[in-house]
Amino acid sequence: MGGGVKKKGYVEMSTDSEILRVEHLKKAYGENVILKDISLSVHEGEVVVIVGPSGCGKSTLLRTLNGLEEIQGGSVTYRGVRVNGEKSGQPRRRFLNMKTPHSEKLSEIRQKVGMVFQSYELFPHKTILQNIMLAPVKVQKRDKQEVREEALALLERVGLKEKADAYPRELSGGQRQRVAIVRALAMHPEVMLFDEVTAALDPEMIREVLDVLLRLAEQGRTMVIVTHEMSFARAIADRVIFIDQGGIVEEGTGSSFFRTPKTERAKKFLETFSYDKISKHRKTG
Amino acid sequence: MQALGIDVLFKGTNGVRLLSGLWVSLRISLISVLISLTLGVLVGILMTKKQPVIRILTRGYLEIVRFMPQMVLLFIVFFGSTRVFGWDIDAELAAVIVFSFWGVAEMADLTRGALISIPKHQYESAAALGLNGKQTYFQIIIPQTLRRLIPLSINLITRMIKTTSLVMMIGVVEVLKVGQQIIEANRTSSPNAAFGIYAVVFLLYFLACWPISLLAKRLEKKWAVA
Repeated sequence: MGGGVKKKGYVEMSTDSEILRVEHLKKAYGENVILKDISLSVHEGEVVVIVGPSGCGKSTLLRTLNGLEEIQGGSVTYRGVRVNGEKSGQPRRRFLNMKTPHSEKLSEIRQKVGMVFQSYELFPHKTILQNIMLAPVKVQKRDKQEVREEALALLERVGLKEKADAYPRELSGGQRQRVAIVRALAMHPEVMLFDEVTAALDPEMIREVLDVLLRLAEQGRTMVIVTHEMSFARAIADRVIFIDQGGIVEEGTGSSFFRTPKTERAKKFLETFSYDKISKHRKTG
Repeated sequence: MQALGIDVLFKGTNGVRLLSGLWVSLRISLISVLISLTLGVLVGILMTKKQPVIRILTRGYLEIVRFMPQMVLLFIVFFGSTRVFGWDIDAELAAVIVFSFWGVAEMADLTRGALISIPKHQYESAAALGLNGKQTYFQIIIPQTLRRLIPLSINLITRMIKTTSLVMMIGVVEVLKVGQQIIEANRTSSPNAAFGIYAVVFLLYFLACWPISLLAKRLEKKWAVA
C-alpha cells in the first residue's frame, strides 16, 4: 500500500500547512479491532473525503480527529499537539463528575477542529441563535454582540435568518443540519469534520445541506468529510481515502479515485453505487 | 344548604377550624416536599453512579418504599418506635419523616430517569464545541434534566399533598380530622353534614392541588422537547 510513502512525501513538502496528522493509529474495543495502522494528514485548504462500506471504521476515524474516541496505538496530532492522550475519549455521562475528561488543551483543539454530526444534535432547550452563540460566548469568551451579529450573518448565508429565534424542534432535518454547520462555523475552526451529515435526512433535504458544504469548499475551507453520497464526494473531494476493514485501502485525488480506482476492492465498492454494473457483475459472477 | 349539610360550616368557628386543619395538612406536605425535592435530587444523582454498594443500597431503598403502604410506615414510625426504642415522636414529625422517606425515594428515581434520558450525543456535541465538563452540565445537561423533571415532580407533589389525609390515623388533627369532629359534634342538629363537610374537604384538597397541576401543564407545554 502506497499510503505511507505518499504521506511522508506530503510531510516533507509542506509541514507548515499540515493541520492534522494521524500516524499508525490503532483503535480497538477489546479484541475487536476497528482501525489498524492508519496514517494520513490533512493540509490547509484541502477537502478530504473518507469513503468505505458501512462499519469499515470511517466514522470512528473521524471521531479520533477531535478526541471523541480513545485510541489504542499511534497518534493523532493537531498542529503538532497530541489530540489523543489520557484525557481524550468519549465524554462521560456520569453526573457530578466535574473532574471530566476534557482537559484545557483538548478543549482548545476542539475549538479549532469543528465537528458536525449525523443527527445534528442541536441543544433542544435553546433557540437556534442560542445554540450558535453558546460556545463562542461561553468557551471563547467573545463579545456577545459581535458573536450575535456573526451568527445572524452566517444564518443568512444558509437561508435561515428568520429562524434565529425558533427552537430546533420547529425546524426540518435539513434546516437543523444547516444550523449545526453554522454552529460549528461560528467557532472559527481551522478544519471541519463532517460525519455522514446527510445520512439521517430525507432525500429532498440532502441537497440543501450538500450545497452548503460545496460553498464552504469553494471558500477554501479545510474539511474532512465522511459520506455515502458518491456523486457529492466526487464533486467536492481534493483527495479521497477509501477505507475497508479498518485500513486505508486506496488514496487518490477525487477524479482519479472515481474514474480509475486502482484496487479491486475500491472497484467493487464503487460498483455497488451504480445499478447497471451490479447486474452485469451478477451475470458474470 | 340544609339538605347538603353545608350550613354546619357557618356555625361557630367551624369554617376557620377547617381551614386551620388544612394548614396542618399543607404544612406537613410542604416540609416533606421541600426535603424530598432537595434530597431526592441528590440521591438521584447518586443512583446514576455505577458503584455497586451505592447501587444496592439505593435500589433496596426504592423497592422498600415502592411496596410498603404509607400507612404501615406511619404506624411503624409513630407507634413502633415508641414501643421499641422508647422515642416519643410528635405525630406531625412522624408524618414528615414518613412522607420525606417516601418522597425522597420517588424523587430520586425520577431524577435518575431524567438524567439518563439525556442522550449521549448531547454530551458529545457539547464536547465537540469545546465546552468543558462544568459548562456541559450547567448549560446543557442540568437545564434539560430540569425540564424533564418538573412536570414529573409536580405530579409527585400533588400525590404527597393528598396522601397527607392518612396522618389523622396517627392522631394529627388535620383537615380531614377536623371535618370528622365537626360532623360528629353536629350529628343530631345536621345529620347531613357528612356530605357537606367531606365535600368541602374534597374541594379544599382540590384547590390546593389544582394550581400546581395547572402549573405543570403550562411548563410542560412551554418546555416541550421534540
